[in-house]
Amino acid sequence: MLLSFLAVMALAILRLRNLLAVVMLSGIYSLLSAGLFVTLDAVDVAFTEAAVGGGIATLLMLATLALTTDEEKRPAERLRIAPLLVVLATGALLIYGTLDMPSYGDPQAPIHRHVAPRYIAEAQSETSVPNVVTAVLASYRGYDTMGELAVIFTAGIGVMLLLGRARKRRDD
Amino acid sequence: MEVFGLYNYWIVIVLMMTGFYVVISRGNLIKKIVGLNIFQTSMFILYISMGKVRGGTAPIIVEGLACPEGAVCYSNPLPHVLILTAIVVGVATTALGLALIVRIKEAYGTVEEDEIQSQEVET
Repeated sequence: MLLSFLAVMALAILRLRNLLAVVMLSGIYSLLSAGLFVTLDAVDVAFTEAAVGGGIATLLMLATLALTTDEEKRPAERLRIAPLLVVLATGALLIYGTLDMPSYGDPQAPIHRHVAPRYIAEAQSETSVPNVVTAVLASYRGYDTMGELAVIFTAGIGVMLLLGRARKRRDD
Repeated sequence: MEVFGLYNYWIVIVLMMTGFYVVISRGNLIKKIVGLNIFQTSMFILYISMGKVRGGTAPIIVEGLACPEGAVCYSNPLPHVLILTAIVVGVATTALGLALIVRIKEAYGTVEEDEIQSQEVET
């Protein structure tokens, strides 16, 4: 049900030309997907998606709209057919690919047979953190999280360089 | 149940292709970033759907949870960890893209791809 809502939202974003409405819809889209993550047992992901995807990303986009424009021009008509064909072909291939996927919620799927049972069985005694997601994120895969911080740091420096220079030039 | 067993994945593909279509067919750069975000969220849903176990609960260990021997009671925590990282990195890249758009607007006075291209051809 939520999934169908998401699809409707994405199509609305595709159709709309007012960018303010598009940004608002993408915020709602993030919030809906956060709700979906709760029903899929991923509560940590839902928190993050609601706060970061629904909050910060929407805020950043609104700020960009304030600095640029909030109306989209009509796209040129000739551009339309080729992208649609590419998208349909890719989608058909991907659907063909899902036919080999294990059924939704199947406890015997290969993804549940490898390291996950070990994490669930040992995480509490090894890290004394009851939330397995936190234990894996901060303890077992701590280096990955450090790499993630490096990415955020780089992005932050990039944004500062791009926008800081622009502001200085405007002062001249 | 078997008929709907792949429903999640199909919706994910529809969302993914919608985002992809926005990215390759729309000339407005902000719209492209929104399209990328749709694409990205569909990817998250794909991973989280794979981690779900029927009858399972969130992977937070509860003492004395009635769990039959040999059954899987918690959903898979690994996709959750991956996607937590991906969400944060996604916002970082979105911020960088939006900053680039602001700079492009200042340099060219427009955020439409074809107008930028025609200005490039003129110079």
